[in-house]
Amino acid sequence: MELEPLAARIREHGTAGQAVRPVGGGTKLGWGGAGREGAADLTTESLNEILEHNVGDFTAVLGAGVRIADAQARFAAEGQMLALDPPLGEADGATVGGMIATGDSGPLRHRYGGVRDLVVGMTVILSDGTIAKSGGKVIKNVAGYDLAKLFAGSYGTLGLIASVSVRLHPLPGRNATAIATSEDPAKLAAAAASLAALPLEADCLDVCWDGDRGHLLVRFGAAAAQHQAESVVERMRELGLGDARAEAEDDEIWNRERALQRSRDGIVLKVSGRPTDLPAVVEAARAQRGTVVSRAALGLSWMALPADADVAAVRDALQPRPVVVLDGGTKVEDAWPAPPPGTLAVMARLKERFDPARIFRPGAYVGGI
Amino acid sequence: MDGPVTDAAPEGPARVEGAPRGAPARDLTGLVEALRRIVGERWVYTSEHELRTYESDGLLQYHVIPAAAVLPGSAEEVQAVVKACADAGVAWVARGAGSGLSGGALPIEDGVLIVVARMKRVLDIDLANQRICVEPGVTNANVSAAVGPGFFYPPDPSSQIVCSIGGNVAENSGGAHCFKYGFTTNYVTGLEVVLPDGEMVQIGGMELDHPGYDLLGAFVGSEGTLGVATKVWLRVVPSPETVKTLVAFFDTTRHAGEAVSQIVQAGVVPGAIEMMDEKAIEASEQMANAGYPVGRGAALLVELDGAERECEARFEEVVGICEACGSDDVRVARDEIERALFWKTRKAAFPAMGRISPNYFVQDGVIPRTKLPEVLERIEALGKEYGMIVANVFHAGDGNLHPLVCYDGRNEGEAERAEELSGKILDACLDAGGSITGEHGVGVDKKKHMPKMFGEPDLDAFQRLRCAFDPAGLANPGKVMPTPRLCGEVPGPYRQHPLEAAGLAERF
Repeated sequence: MELEPLAARIREHGTAGQAVRPVGGGTKLGWGGAGREGAADLTTESLNEILEHNVGDFTAVLGAGVRIADAQARFAAEGQMLALDPPLGEADGATVGGMIATGDSGPLRHRYGGVRDLVVGMTVILSDGTIAKSGGKVIKNVAGYDLAKLFAGSYGTLGLIASVSVRLHPLPGRNATAIATSEDPAKLAAAAASLAALPLEADCLDVCWDGDRGHLLVRFGAAAAQHQAESVVERMRELGLGDARAEAEDDEIWNRERALQRSRDGIVLKVSGRPTDLPAVVEAARAQRGTVVSRAALGLSWMALPADADVAAVRDALQPRPVVVLDGGTKVEDAWPAPPPGTLAVMARLKERFDPARIFRPGAYVGGI
Repeated sequence: MDGPVTDAAPEGPARVEGAPRGAPARDLTGLVEALRRIVGERWVYTSEHELRTYESDGLLQYHVIPAAAVLPGSAEEVQAVVKACADAGVAWVARGAGSGLSGGALPIEDGVLIVVARMKRVLDIDLANQRICVEPGVTNANVSAAVGPGFFYPPDPSSQIVCSIGGNVAENSGGAHCFKYGFTTNYVTGLEVVLPDGEMVQIGGMELDHPGYDLLGAFVGSEGTLGVATKVWLRVVPSPETVKTLVAFFDTTRHAGEAVSQIVQAGVVPGAIEMMDEKAIEASEQMANAGYPVGRGAALLVELDGAERECEARFEEVVGICEACGSDDVRVARDEIERALFWKTRKAAFPAMGRISPNYFVQDGVIPRTKLPEVLERIEALGKEYGMIVANVFHAGDGNLHPLVCYDGRNEGEAERAEELSGKILDACLDAGGSITGEHGVGVDKKKHMPKMFGEPDLDAFQRLRCAFDPAGLANPGKVMPTPRLCGEVPGPYRQHPLEAAGLAERF
């Protein structure tokens, strides 16, 4: 995978002051708003190689343009996975680079952490054409600054993510999910909190809300998955939830959870909250006729709302929790909440240092960065 | 993180790479008076006998006496101290417990040492949200103690009884359980930070994924070069239902390494997998008297924790793998006392070296786990070539090696040769695709190795980060980066940089 030609092109754009927008599968283009008009697309198509899959070491090096689905298929053939499972968008087109740039995640985040926790090294191209790497290919490493974390979730505003080293995990041999329902958000939240406080070692723990009822879902992926799910079903009953059952064929259940994080025509909000905020989050979504999917033990929630929803009202109801507009980001005035002034100043200085030509998606990030 | 105990500390040549030498002593009288006004007379040390306490961190071969050590008692005092230093253009180093092993908290001559040891309050515990908020001087062990027994804080450096959370944040500390649980960076959700210009900011908080650049990710592990944390929000997790521990003995490290590979390949994620080689077993046994078979090639400690039923099933699998890989001696801890003995023996490996060697260097390299056999062979060959004993202790799950290079500092030139050998071990790690440090950090000790791992464009990118936080270069200068660098385009009026004044760096 040759990076020099791409770096030369970026340098030219930098010299000319031509704004660019890194694009992978193009499945999340509206997220976080559009940024200034006239940005040229910088496609990661040429970065579509799985550069390494070190099976014995549970690591891989992936070009940014590799489709996540392709990488997962390669890993699965060896009984492994990249423990990041965000919704993959239209035709499963989402790429590694796009997922990392947006810090997107799915239900597995409960156990394995997010993008920031699984990327162990990164190569980036900056606006002056500098090709810089940080981290490495080993899962434990504290040499140098952790620039990969800085670029993860930076929405392409610091430079182009060219390739990443990631940590892999064993693919669970079998899964089972404990699922139960309730019409009372507070009861669901309390049950989720009670399960989250136990050392269950669940892979996923979600609460979802749709219409006038919600579900609590706990997934296990291990030798004893079925047994673990069944014992959680018992607890769910004790906690007063209805229709508690264990499902061994549970892929569809979780596909639905991930689907609720996206909306083709509406608005999706991501709430950085606390687990104890869950009833308020559900309430705020219901007021806008929306759905909620929450990584309940982490306090992260996704609300899918109709296109005409009142985002400001949701922000008011949940303040001071940060609420970011993902899908539908171009339909609202400000997709980003403002960080505290001092913190924003540091971020602005980072932008200045890493993208002095200010060509990477100017105006598309927090505080107009 | 593992640490030598004082009585077995290496005594290498005294070097002062972190600080300007030969620079004319600066008159800091005004600054010292300002510091006294901020924290009170009794918390500012300037006399040599008081400052001796702080001349080194856990890596004793480096020592520098700072101009002053100041012990603020609150975040506001830290901020005022940093601001006073910024106004005076004086560099400073933050220090927690001083147990680090890379010279990261080595003071700067003509600089101020900011010791956060007095700031050890637990500020908030919110178990409903699985968070704790502490001041930076709180020890690692006290975090777990504060949320136990239902919850615990997983990163567990060997120095956890003394090391501070502030230091853990600076170094992104790991420990024996990080293969399963991750490192400090995976547990810090928020920080209150005093930036080098004296500004105080909060990054993150109790919640995950605060919008904007991941400043937490940048700050954790930045070795005190981006600012000083005055408040730390940490994620804590439910304590495991059960813990099961075994030690298996093998004829060779290759056999033990094969067992590690098979365990991981089978999809088992042990809480810890620790390996010791023959020399480490011998030394540890002398100290811990655990009845370990001296002379065996390798000992493998495997600990599984988690849900009872899953643990039981997996544990049998691990025992089976160890036996299949050639272990005829698998000892399962029958109770907490025996488990503690296994761990005591493992943790005795470092101090025990002091019994078989007058001095030793602790190395901290990382390799892809599958490269273990070839790297061990190379380390052994290097030991023979230099005529020195190298004992090996590893966090085997994540390929983190701690070779202990034994030498006798009384013999002229031996310390230098031991250090050279220690450096060649890092070359072997890098050749295998690894890293020069897994958990001890770069500090002053390893900055000379940085160019072997990172090219000039990479180092330039690091510097961009540093400059965004600390354009004046006052926070722990002389650490991490191999050569002193200054930031261009410093906003505001031009001021001569202390390193520039000392003729040690140039602007570019």
